Amino acid sequence: MSESNEQTLADVPAGRSAIVKKVRGGGSVSKRLMEMGIVPGIKIRVVKAAPFGDPIELRVRGYSLALRISEAESVNVSGVMEE
Amino acid sequence: MEGKVRDNKNIETFEESMVVALAGNPNAGKTTLFNALTGLRQKVANYPGVTVERVEGFWKSKSDDVQPRVIDLPGLYSLDATSTDELIARNVLRGQMTGFPRPDVVVVVADASNLERNLYLVTQLTEFDVPVVVALTMLDLAASHGLVIDSGKLQDLMGIPVVPVNVKRKIGLNELREAVLNARSAATAQASTEPRESESIHLSLSDNEGANARIFQRYAFIADVYQQAVSSNDTSDAPAFSEKLDSILTHRFFGLLILVMILLVVFQAIFSWATLPMDLLDAGFGSLGAFVSDALPEGIITDLIVDGVIAGVGGILIFLPQILLLFLFISVLEDSGYMARAAFLLDKLMSRFGLHGKAFLPLMSSFACAIPGIMATRTIENKRDRLATILIAPFMSCSARLPVYALMIAAFFSGKTVLGFVSLGAVLMLAMYALGIGVAIVAGFVFKKTILKSPPPPFVMELPPYRLPNIRTVFQNMLSRSWLFVKRAGTIILLISIVLWGLMYFPRSDSPASSDQDKTASAQLENSYAGALGKTIEPVIKPLGFDWKVGVAIVASFAAREVLVSTLSIIYNVGEDGDEESPTLIKAIRDAKKTDGNPVWTPLSALSLMVFFVLAMQCMSTLAIVRRETNSWGWVAFMFGYMTVLAYAASFLTYQGGKLLGFG
Repeated sequence: MSESNEQTLADVPAGRSAIVKKVRGGGSVSKRLMEMGIVPGIKIRVVKAAPFGDPIELRVRGYSLALRISEAESVNVSGVMEE
Repeated sequence: MEGKVRDNKNIETFEESMVVALAGNPNAGKTTLFNALTGLRQKVANYPGVTVERVEGFWKSKSDDVQPRVIDLPGLYSLDATSTDELIARNVLRGQMTGFPRPDVVVVVADASNLERNLYLVTQLTEFDVPVVVALTMLDLAASHGLVIDSGKLQDLMGIPVVPVNVKRKIGLNELREAVLNARSAATAQASTEPRESESIHLSLSDNEGANARIFQRYAFIADVYQQAVSSNDTSDAPAFSEKLDSILTHRFFGLLILVMILLVVFQAIFSWATLPMDLLDAGFGSLGAFVSDALPEGIITDLIVDGVIAGVGGILIFLPQILLLFLFISVLEDSGYMARAAFLLDKLMSRFGLHGKAFLPLMSSFACAIPGIMATRTIENKRDRLATILIAPFMSCSARLPVYALMIAAFFSGKTVLGFVSLGAVLMLAMYALGIGVAIVAGFVFKKTILKSPPPPFVMELPPYRLPNIRTVFQNMLSRSWLFVKRAGTIILLISIVLWGLMYFPRSDSPASSDQDKTASAQLENSYAGALGKTIEPVIKPLGFDWKVGVAIVASFAAREVLVSTLSIIYNVGEDGDEESPTLIKAIRDAKKTDGNPVWTPLSALSLMVFFVLAMQCMSTLAIVRRETNSWGWVAFMFGYMTVLAYAASFLTYQGGKLLGFG
């Protein structure tokens, strides 16, 4: 990833929250993520990872969403915080 | 479908009636509302050319005579056409679905407990230039999360009617009807002057930056509306119940353990609880056949009805209890919200083999029967992933293979043990299942690396809150899916049974009526077209350890695998009530001798036959379903070809390899 120095949703440990800065990439994945409510400014909590470490469960806009690590990597975040 | 115009006939047919489309996110309570509006009289069919289920009914009322036709659209998160469901919904809403009128009003079901994301679809729908009415559901659930929603304010801010609805308590249904009728008359008053179609939405689709900016704008608008219309008296955002349940059900250790236990219960049900009704059905078709052959005069028509129609259709219908049970479990697991968790737990494992987490359910279903399994692949959005799953689903050992395995094991491997105490039969049975799974994994992997190569599909999946399954929804799901199985499998099986019967019945051998009926039947078979066919292919199947008689049975079993057992019964003179438990059939197979006095069957050739049945594509109904689901004969031919070649190769290796090692 070219912007690997940026913090992404994949870096947020389980139980912590972060604010979305940007959804990268122009493909159908980023569009789907945004349609599901992951847009800049929204707060997301990472709930847990699945038994084999992937996918991860998120809590966003009051509902639960599962995505793969590879998809979480295209979401830049800031302000990782304790719940 | 894109770009097609409505033909004149449709305009005439539907001009007078009113059409309401019901849209909404998955799990928003759309089906429950649809059932409440239309009652029991619903029509289930497919959209033309695709296998997205189309459910519709009529919305009657005591207060007036208008009977809007209600179309239940597939569950949607958005209308941007990334999945087949979304494409269908978009085409219906724009009046571009062949044979469909453009809806007069769209009722969008919005889940109040998950309002922001549900409003996304609402905002998108309002851009479609069709009157939109919001049915706000699950307000009690929202209240239990501490959310207070001012639906009047929501209506003012959104600029469209918002009607709170509670189906269980029958609240809001009349109000919803009134709002829909009003919305329609307001739209007709306006429509004559303004052009209806707004092109702005799909124009921006080609441009990703623009599309993403639009999504951002919609959510910004929603956030603004939400802030004004919703107040929260609870700071935690989690529905505590679901998250607590998930701390066990998606736990890294207990979650997998529970999943395995659920699977065991499902398999136990399919393979043992279903036995009694299956035996009853089997006996029922047997006595029906006996009754008909007694009641009708002897002759070709009676033979056709008894041996062709009743035996053939009965052969497939006895699997109905298993299919019903399987669909019952699937419906319960889906409606409760568990199915999404199963995909969540297993996605990593499945993706190693190039499969999507959602492929888990179709593959599991295929252990009962590949037909419902292949139908269940519809939930996989990516076309190539879906195809890969369809292509490997028939490797899962289905219930029709069981009689074949059971017969071969009973005849050649019963009473033997491995390591002194484990039954060899059980080991072989397990080995056949494992062989199927193993080949499926390798084949899936190869397909995803070659002909179905595509970037890993997105796995963006909602984990809906757990809820008690709605009994009516579950049963309706179970019955409508099972009915499709009966209808489709029944028609093709009927046809094949008749053809097969004809091949075994003609030409009539004019040998004098013998006192031994079974011997006559055997001679008839040898001289029939089927017998000739068996002898023609004998050189091909000899290296697998089979003679022409087995050849006839194998050819017949390409219609349906379990036909092997009944065909062998006819061939070996044991009459037609031979089944896999029948000691006479087992004895006949063991004792069958070649002309040189050597036995026809050896344990090695039995094993070779079992291996062949694990891998070969011997099921007309499955091929018919694949044709429907892929809309292509090419994939049907490919599937049949590659599976049968694999089966031949594996069977060849088993038999010849075994002989080299000194067995058989």
